Amino acid sequence: MALAVELRQVVKHYRRGKEMVEVLSGLDLAVPEGEFLAIMGPSGSGKTTVLNLIGGLDRANSGSVTVCGERIDSLNGAGLARWRSRHVGFIFQFYNLMPGLSAERNVELPLLLTHLSRAERKAHVDIALEVVGLSDRRRHKPSELSGGQQQRIAIARALVADPTLLICDEPTGDLDRQTADEILVLLQTLNRRQGKTIVMVTHDQKAADYASRQVHVDKGMLIAPEDRP
Amino acid sequence: MLRGALTITLLNLAEIPKRIGASLVVVIGIAGVVGVLISVLAMADGFLNTMERTGRPDRAIVLRGGSNSELASTLARDATLAIMDGPGVKADDSGHAIASAEMVAIVELPLRQSGTAANVTLRGVGPAAFRLRPDIRIVAGRTFKPGLREVIVGKNAMTQFSGIDPGSRVALRDSEWTVVGVFDSDDSHGSEIMADVDTLSAAYRRTLFQSVTVLLDSPDRFDAFKSALEHDPRLSVEVVREPAYYARLSEQLGRILTFVAYTVGGIMALGALFGALNTMYSAVSSRSVEIATLRALGFGAGAILISVFTEAVLLSLLGAVIGAAAAWAFFNGNAVNSLGGNFTQVVFHLRVSAGLVATGILWAVVIGLLGGLFPALRAVRRPVVDALRGAV
Ligand SMILES: Nc1ncnc2c1ncn2[C@@H]1O[C@H](COP(=O)(O)OP(=O)(O)OP(=O)(O)O)[C@@H](O)[C@H]1O
Ligand SMILES: [Mg+2]
Repeated sequence: MALAVELRQVVKHYRRGKEMVEVLSGLDLAVPEGEFLAIMGPSGSGKTTVLNLIGGLDRANSGSVTVCGERIDSLNGAGLARWRSRHVGFIFQFYNLMPGLSAERNVELPLLLTHLSRAERKAHVDIALEVVGLSDRRRHKPSELSGGQQQRIAIARALVADPTLLICDEPTGDLDRQTADEILVLLQTLNRRQGKTIVMVTHDQKAADYASRQVHVDKGMLIAPEDRP
Repeated sequence: MLRGALTITLLNLAEIPKRIGASLVVVIGIAGVVGVLISVLAMADGFLNTMERTGRPDRAIVLRGGSNSELASTLARDATLAIMDGPGVKADDSGHAIASAEMVAIVELPLRQSGTAANVTLRGVGPAAFRLRPDIRIVAGRTFKPGLREVIVGKNAMTQFSGIDPGSRVALRDSEWTVVGVFDSDDSHGSEIMADVDTLSAAYRRTLFQSVTVLLDSPDRFDAFKSALEHDPRLSVEVVREPAYYARLSEQLGRILTFVAYTVGGIMALGALFGALNTMYSAVSSRSVEIATLRALGFGAGAILISVFTEAVLLSLLGAVIGAAAAWAFFNGNAVNSLGGNFTQVVFHLRVSAGLVATGILWAVVIGLLGGLFPALRAVRRPVVDALRGAV
């Protein structure tokens, strides 16, 4: 099966003053297409860093990053932005919706980067809102929606341009158990029915259980569950 | 990219009410800059315009050589006669030269508004003065009679100074003079007081004149007239076309006003620029997560830059419109008096023209662009991942 994500010998360090902090030291990770992967690990272990590299938001210091068949470590800034808009949907812990825009305008945002006409954009937005079950809240501002509803809108925004890969950083970190379960069911459905590849970072073992595979990051390396002490 | 930039801009503009205080800093700052700039430039414009209208190309003014203004010039009576005899000087039906040998003095009179004393030009004119300057019209009373201590006052002088209304008596030198009439003139003579030159010279015990103004047969006779007089061994004079003379007089003040406009405007502009920078920096930093999210979604740096610029420029333009409107409403057409070329008061009217408004708007746009530039650069330079972490 083809790989959606392939990280090889990825090294990432940050400079903090004079000190060099190595966050990832030669990390290898392969995510086959159609997988729902949960990345777990202690706080500060580098989970968000891995997601940022996969999503083309950050660059590795060495190693290769291949996502959706493209070596994204060799793209320039503008090329990377264009690549992100085509291939990746982002889902954040705090939803990151534009407070000034209605739900449907938030969902429409990624389509403004395409050549779609207004009518075509509306059709895509309608479908995405329907998938997340919030067609009736389209005119609401984020502040008029619950946390779970806001995260659904954010998922609709991530879906609307039909990317192959969804990247979620603690998507349920700010939600209560029941709402979190609803969101996870939605992600699972997207993975199973629409074949979206999903890479999700979570602290929550219950959330990770919705995924088709779990990996752990610790001390800059990946540890398979069976190797864990 | 434009569609994206437009959306982001609208998004930002919709948030302005939340930061209304900071946004008003920009608008009011720029309104102040544009208002002051336009007002002072309107002053310079109005002044230069009044001075430009003084003088006709077929009139020449003759001064003693080397003197820049009438006040510094002296001409003896026989010199004035030789000048009026010069080639090209127009004669009236009875063969008299249309020319006026004049005496100029300065008198202090109280300003109507403040009561403080200011200088007025007192001009003694010859018998042909009104044929020489047909643009001078008596609008009230009558003109002075030679031999009597009578003066006429310019309309602009009358509106600015007290104690010179028709019928009042004015102390000039050792004697009292009666104001018998008011004259109007579009040019700087309208700010003067006039009397008969011989009567005035006698009262001032002067034997020398300050200048001779002559009417030429036609403007193109000027060169011949000038060269004849300047080469006449009996004379040591400078011959200047009247418009050139007044332009020279007004040049300095016009330059000072323009300098003041740009200096004061420049200092205020610097203040407004810092206000705009501050506002836009805080706008950008309060939106850093939104900007980072948009960039994560694939919006480019260009769209972000354009949106920040547009917001700054729109705020500045709003300020410019308010400033220009205020300058126009308060000052357009207002009479102002000011030191003229002879260090006497010249009354002129402020002119808030379309050109000045355009200058003000240009300044506003430049301030807006500069005020948006650095915040916009900061917004796009900040790594997306850092800004996103800022959310958590
Ligand atoms: N811009 C940066 N500069 C310096 N250090 C950084 C920077 N970004 C991340 N780090 C460090 O890198 C390490 C990994 O960070 P990362 O955010 O990937 O961890 P995480 O596993 O997502 O943690 P959490 O579970 O708390 O979200 C941390 O020690 C963090 O302090
Ligand atoms: Mg994290």
